[in-house]
Amino acid sequence: MIQQSVLTVIYLIAAVTFILGLKMLSSPTSARKGNLVAAAGMVLAIIGTIVFYQDEEGRYLKNHVWIFGGLVIGTVVGWVAARKVKMTAMPEMVSLFNGMGGACAALISLIEFNHLTSQYSGQDGFFSALSGGFLFIIFLGLIIGSISFAGSMVAWGKLNGSLKDFSFKGQHWFNFIILFLILSLVVYTLAWRPDMTQVLFYLVLILSLLYGLFFVMPIGGADMPVVISLLNSFTGVAAASGGFLYDNKAMLTGGILVGAAGTLLTILMCKAMNRSILNVLIGNFGGGGAAAGAKDGSVKSVKEISINDLAISLNYSKSVVIVPGYGLAVAQAQKVTKELEDILEANGVEVKYAIHPVAGRMPGHMNVLLAEADVPYPKLIDLEEANELLTHTDVVLVLGANDVVNPAAKDDPSSPIYGMPVLEVWKSKMTVVVKRSMGSGYAGIENPLFFQDKTRMLFGDAKKVLQNLVTEVKAL
Amino acid sequence: MLEWINTHQQIIYIVLLMVFLGIEIIGRVPSVLHTPLMSGANAIHGVVVLGAIIVMGKAESDNYMALILGFLAVILGALNVAGGFVVTDRMLEMFKQKKSK
Repeated sequence: MIQQSVLTVIYLIAAVTFILGLKMLSSPTSARKGNLVAAAGMVLAIIGTIVFYQDEEGRYLKNHVWIFGGLVIGTVVGWVAARKVKMTAMPEMVSLFNGMGGACAALISLIEFNHLTSQYSGQDGFFSALSGGFLFIIFLGLIIGSISFAGSMVAWGKLNGSLKDFSFKGQHWFNFIILFLILSLVVYTLAWRPDMTQVLFYLVLILSLLYGLFFVMPIGGADMPVVISLLNSFTGVAAASGGFLYDNKAMLTGGILVGAAGTLLTILMCKAMNRSILNVLIGNFGGGGAAAGAKDGSVKSVKEISINDLAISLNYSKSVVIVPGYGLAVAQAQKVTKELEDILEANGVEVKYAIHPVAGRMPGHMNVLLAEADVPYPKLIDLEEANELLTHTDVVLVLGANDVVNPAAKDDPSSPIYGMPVLEVWKSKMTVVVKRSMGSGYAGIENPLFFQDKTRMLFGDAKKVLQNLVTEVKAL
Repeated sequence: MLEWINTHQQIIYIVLLMVFLGIEIIGRVPSVLHTPLMSGANAIHGVVVLGAIIVMGKAESDNYMALILGFLAVILGALNVAGGFVVTDRMLEMFKQKKSK
């Protein structure tokens, strides 16, 4: 009895650390401590569960060797992977870990279901002994966990480049039908409780995995931040369903907290791109973008600039704004960018970084990347502030960003990204775009910015270009 | 249905309060911290590992299906927790470095 009370207190403490941790994570000064606080709560909850947990009949947990073995393997692998991963690969790592959590929740449902069927098999009252709510929760954990797992794996594969976008005609309907099938199977099972529940259960599992797969498959990289955030909140709900199952308040609190916070974060991101969640879920950039791009068939020319010229323009300007994008992350050019900033600042040029909320593959991706290169916090300016500043900026240096500086979002209603807030770099005196090639951005649409009179192009890998640029500026 | 709500009202209250709390907490986050916050939240839902531990600890020693699946669940859950917190810490470590300069 006392053990039970101790565990209750431990879970209470854990729940408080999760809430406090999440709260502290939302302020730059306390963020790191917040993460540690939540981690400490988690360790406490895990140890408490192993030592004090008792089931309804007062039996302690068995199989300690298995439990510790699993915990050690998972912790070591997760720790090492998280330590070794490059900063640029951070988004796919988060996606991968998220998928693991989803799979964990789905497995719990699977085992609990098997447990139920073996316990009650052959009896007429297969369901009578348990409330429908219990089975409903098992289904919930299974479905959401599987969708989150399959979806996260696809997102992970897409971000590290091993999976390409894939969609077919009528895929929206196909997805919708799968979802509808899942829901109707669950309702059918719960309401009519047929004999073949076991078959239906595995059917739901397979359909959920399929749904996760096809749901993320057609979504382009531009929407990936939203998708990962959404799947993150899915896993939260899946974890909470486990909390329901075991009447475990720590799981419930943590899961729902993440589910709610994650959903809001997803909505915030959608707002930043001026799209609705529904639009992201069933729509994709595909068809419309191709049509809009092909509309203007005339041959347009771009003006290139040499590294030498650029070095001079940068060095003798008053203010420079750098717009980082995914290209910067891919080229690992954050350190050399900082180097350029230092030299320019030493020569009296004011340098700022304009951060678009969805630049890169995750919200805040650029902030993390630049923080790694020790770029001071006040140098990073957000969208609104940047757009004010850009009207009197001498040179804008766009490093591997594309869609977030596309003027079509402002003035071309036929563009698929029309209405999305963008950095209005074309309002500055000169814009220099560093790009690997003329290829279109991740949304797959052409960027009229490149053809404007005040725009100069500089083709090449961002890191090499910047290294040469630094040498040139030093030589001036 | 009504009965179910009645017996589980405590849990339903928790869910309601947590939903509002989660929204309230995140509402004021600066965009700089979006990635670490998402990563931190990702680690926190790793609490699902508790369920994996319970399910594993309850498995009968002759039920190989439950043992193997439970073992897998514990590994995956632990991966989520450890990886999540370590990745978040790595991101935030850099914020701190920059602050101290």
